Amino acid sequence: MKKEWPIWEVFIRSKNGLEHRHVGSLHAADSKMALENARDVYTRRSEGISIWVVESKHITASNPEKSGELFEPAKDKVYRHPTFYNLPDELKHM
Amino acid sequence: MKDSTENLEIEFQHKIDQGYNIEPKDWMPEKYRKTHIRQISQHAHSEIVGMLPEGNWITRAPTLRRKVALLAKVQDEAGHGLYLYSATETLGISRDELIEQLHAGKAKYSSIFNYPTLTWADIGAIGWLVDGAAIINQVMLTRTSYGPYARAMVRICKEESFHQRQGYEIMLTLCNGTEVQKQMAQDALSRWWWPSLMMFGPTDAESTHTELSMKWKIKRKSNDELRQQFIDNTVPQAGILGITIPDKDLKWNEKTGHYDFGEIDWEEFWNVVKGNGPCNKQRLDARRSAYEKGAWVREAASQYAEKQRNKEFTEAN
Ligand SMILES: [Fe+2]
Ligand SMILES: [Fe+2]
Repeated sequence: MKKEWPIWEVFIRSKNGLEHRHVGSLHAADSKMALENARDVYTRRSEGISIWVVESKHITASNPEKSGELFEPAKDKVYRHPTFYNLPDELKHM
Repeated sequence: MKDSTENLEIEFQHKIDQGYNIEPKDWMPEKYRKTHIRQISQHAHSEIVGMLPEGNWITRAPTLRRKVALLAKVQDEAGHGLYLYSATETLGISRDELIEQLHAGKAKYSSIFNYPTLTWADIGAIGWLVDGAAIINQVMLTRTSYGPYARAMVRICKEESFHQRQGYEIMLTLCNGTEVQKQMAQDALSRWWWPSLMMFGPTDAESTHTELSMKWKIKRKSNDELRQQFIDNTVPQAGILGITIPDKDLKWNEKTGHYDFGEIDWEEFWNVVKGNGPCNKQRLDARRSAYEKGAWVREAASQYAEKQRNKEFTEAN
């Protein structure tokens, strides 16, 4: 039998109050092993207090070649930013 | 209308010139992809094979303190191998193919690991010199253009500095010990010095990859620059230990602000690269045997996972 273990993406929360961040990937036969391996490889120096693993094939990613169309609509909407509005300098707390 | 390859290439180079990183799903020239698969996997293999010469001393470490430190270091190197294999896999090659290339003798790894670790002092010399040389190369690579490679390097560099410090501490202890212990340290330095200088690869004049590597910002410093940096860092460290670097031409050059050094024996380098070093065969045999002996574990784990999945499926229905 010649079958590679699937690839898992690993996300780690370094401390409460912070979000989980992608730190890397690894191969594992199942989710339990993926968690254990992630613990051994990515938290050897207390880098985390919580781990998420997800099989890479379950991630849907946007296509970088299409990022023009995908992100363009946000670019010309300057009125979504506070600096778009002209207000007097003496105005405080706003 | 679809962009021609030429346009894509211009755009790609522009991105690199502007200092943007390239990410896995971005368009890249085939040669950029191939070069990275080769370079990153070579680097990964080096981390893994590099565990062997040091692993040789884990059970014989002189104290428990030294033993836990060496064990932790070797475990880190396994982690480095994993980060780098993962980075290589983002370029569209499987882990199995990479391992297969190593075991078939088609892939290279750093020649330094084809030298034997004869005494405990070699563990000190490896941490000090070999990890020291690796750090110089790896710090540069934290700014390499391929995103996953650069990120792996950042993680690796954070872990490396303890490796070098534990090695130097071993050397320091031996050099402050008995005459015989100091002699052991000297002998290790004498044997590891030149191979460590060779770790940076052929001279710039001889190196075939340099120009493209610079253009694509894979490397940001040449082999000779990195080697010089290593020598300049290391000579004063040997001074503190009170042992002698085996190079009669080594001397401070007031004008250049660097150390001048003697001729490297490139014939030895190429000989080891071609597979004729003292331990090439032993290292590959050890890798293959570990992989083969682990096959049943990998298969059993796959079977078990499969069984669990089926069970969950049946219970859910
Ligand atoms: Fe390493
Ligand atoms: Fe290291």
